[in-house]
Amino acid sequence: MSDSNEMRAATIAVLVENEAGVLARVIGLFSGRGYNIESLTVAAVDEARRLSRITIVTTGTEMVIEQIKAQLDRLVPVHKVSDLTLDGPHLTRELALIKVVGKGEHRVEALRLADAFRARVVDATTESFIFEMTGNAEKIDAFCALMRPIGLAEVSRTGAVAMARGPAGLAA
Amino acid sequence: MSATSQHAEPAALTMSGAEVVLRALKDQGVEVIFGYPGGAVLPIYDAIFQQNAIRHILVRHEQAAVHAAEGYARSTGKVGVVLVTSGPGATNAVTGLVDALMDSIPVVCLTGQVPTHLIGNDAFQEADTTGITRPATKHNYLVKKSGDLARVVHEAFHVARSGRPGPVVIDLPKDILITKAPYVEAPPADQPHRSYRPQVEPDMAQVRKAVALLKAAKKPVIYTGGGVINAGPQASELLTKFVRMTGFPCTNTLMGLGAFPHSDPQFLGMLGMHGTYEANLVMHGCDVMLNIGARFDDRVTGKLSHFAPTSKKIHCDIDPSSINKNVKVDVPIVGDAGRIIAALIEAWKEDATQPDREALAAWWRQIDQWRGRDCLRYTQKGSIIKPQHAVKRLFEITKELGKETFITTEVGQHQMWAAQYFGFEKPNRWMTSGGLGTMGYGLPAAMGVQIAHPDALVIDIAGEASILMNIQEMSTLAQYRLPVKVFILNNEYMGMVRQWQELLHGGRYSESYSAALPDFVKLAESFHGVGMRAETADDLDRVIREMIAIDRPVIADIVVDQKENCFPMIPSGAAHNEMILGPDQEGNAAMVTDEGKVLV
Repeated sequence: MSDSNEMRAATIAVLVENEAGVLARVIGLFSGRGYNIESLTVAAVDEARRLSRITIVTTGTEMVIEQIKAQLDRLVPVHKVSDLTLDGPHLTRELALIKVVGKGEHRVEALRLADAFRARVVDATTESFIFEMTGNAEKIDAFCALMRPIGLAEVSRTGAVAMARGPAGLAA
Repeated sequence: MSATSQHAEPAALTMSGAEVVLRALKDQGVEVIFGYPGGAVLPIYDAIFQQNAIRHILVRHEQAAVHAAEGYARSTGKVGVVLVTSGPGATNAVTGLVDALMDSIPVVCLTGQVPTHLIGNDAFQEADTTGITRPATKHNYLVKKSGDLARVVHEAFHVARSGRPGPVVIDLPKDILITKAPYVEAPPADQPHRSYRPQVEPDMAQVRKAVALLKAAKKPVIYTGGGVINAGPQASELLTKFVRMTGFPCTNTLMGLGAFPHSDPQFLGMLGMHGTYEANLVMHGCDVMLNIGARFDDRVTGKLSHFAPTSKKIHCDIDPSSINKNVKVDVPIVGDAGRIIAALIEAWKEDATQPDREALAAWWRQIDQWRGRDCLRYTQKGSIIKPQHAVKRLFEITKELGKETFITTEVGQHQMWAAQYFGFEKPNRWMTSGGLGTMGYGLPAAMGVQIAHPDALVIDIAGEASILMNIQEMSTLAQYRLPVKVFILNNEYMGMVRQWQELLHGGRYSESYSAALPDFVKLAESFHGVGMRAETADDLDRVIREMIAIDRPVIADIVVDQKENCFPMIPSGAAHNEMILGPDQEGNAAMVTDEGKVLV
């Protein structure tokens, strides 16, 4: 463990029992102990074994991040905690729906930029588009920033999901 | 349960949910439940009525039920069991649950709940018990299917007692208690839980690293806490063996008193905010610190940046989240305290290095010098009873009588004086609210201890303010003929509040005077007990002896010096070497920085 008081980001994958209250336990831990949550996603990933996977993006000093992992790991319904940031190369993806409202030249510009960002049009009216895009948070941030002067009306984002690269899996 | 079914169906459902709960408790070895009935748990009370295996103790307030279960658990090493109703029954229990969580005490608390179809409807006596108790427990359950009932009860006991122990709540909707439910046996002890698997055995490589550090130490200290007590009496025996093997000084936290014999020359006394001069200076000056089962609590460390600044630290804890939480350590060892000490003994023998006896002798000479300050010295002169003297005499008289003695306390000055002046030779004899600091803990805890040890002498060392927080339990004592002794150090102040106001707030004693106190002698009598009072130093011994001799609940109202403060004291925000030793020391208030004033 480094002595540094520097903050770092951590993407933490948590395999948990898919049962009532488990998300409240995790969120309560973060609010009760004053940890940051940048994003948190959860969904069932294995119906047969009743497992859900939670992905948490957080920031803190090394000591705080170690605490977060230890605190998560001691929750009774938690099977596995993995610090993807520390464990090696990993992928992070987020899904966003972005509504842009505008007419004339703004519509053309919106479509052109969407094409460059590989965003798909999933809904269109004569004065609006909804774009769907996936990517890391920075890419979505950049796209939203470009859309703002054009007519950004609404954004809905999932928060990050993440996975380590390579053949190894996150076993329960 | 005479369940001889005539039908061919496998596993015929012959028991109600309530009966399944009781059967599971019995199979878990439960002998006593502390509880209070109400609408939602009537089916369990009906089942209790129809059996004799488990005894129910009717408390007078649900908070007291949990503290009684804690007292029972801490004095026996078993899981304490609580039964309360829904809504207010559950919310009243919350303070007790948090108390057990902070002090790592194994408790299973059954709460009634409105029937499943009414959950969420704001029904009568409904509360979101699992929501409210989630941060108040190690784990909690809401049983929504009869099929889960027996498994959940068994699992709750496993979770409460294993790893770092703690309270577990099982919320039981009334329909689940009435509906027929299947019974399943507890899983075999060696069958691992799906997700919860605390590490018990230490990593030997880490243990050897620790021993190498200890062997090379010139100024070592062994600092142990409640984890050693929780690991069972054999862990305390191993600790004593290890400390004597090494020749190192040993200090205990408030929670850890009794793990190492008080009378042993290697014992430095308690450390921390009101610890001894020698214990705190040893902590401050040590070069290698071995922490076993303590958590570097702020009451122990004082100012973190000045805590044991020159030491290498070894931290043994069953809870990985305790490690590097407050204090960064050099050698962490995760595991059960008893197993770790056994491993340390083994590794100490295997390691051929000879410890530096010369350095150690010099260290002991230094320690003896610090001891020479006699930091717990007080002067008892005149007729006004010094509170320290009252505890000291209580200790000496009980020692002289040789009775098996258990001490509980409330919270405040009297608690610290009890920790300082009552010596414990064995573990599980000392029950105090350390982490949460719950006033009103001592009387119900003593009740639980007395239930577990009917022939022992059980004394609640109390203050006149704290005792009023659960005074209703005098009625429980009377009902079950529990001869608990309440020893009140009565200074007519919330003493610790007053002490801080004196030290930090210019002597403005805002709301800390205990006005309109009851006559404790008459109060004892009205609760079918015996009341007595000592007003002068000459009365003290006689009252203590009479109190002990009476085989009934007693309140002894000891009228003590109102102005006495608790020393030594490390003011909040200060370091171990910045102790205030007594009232004569100059510049007491000036020692507390603004940074310190915001701390509690």
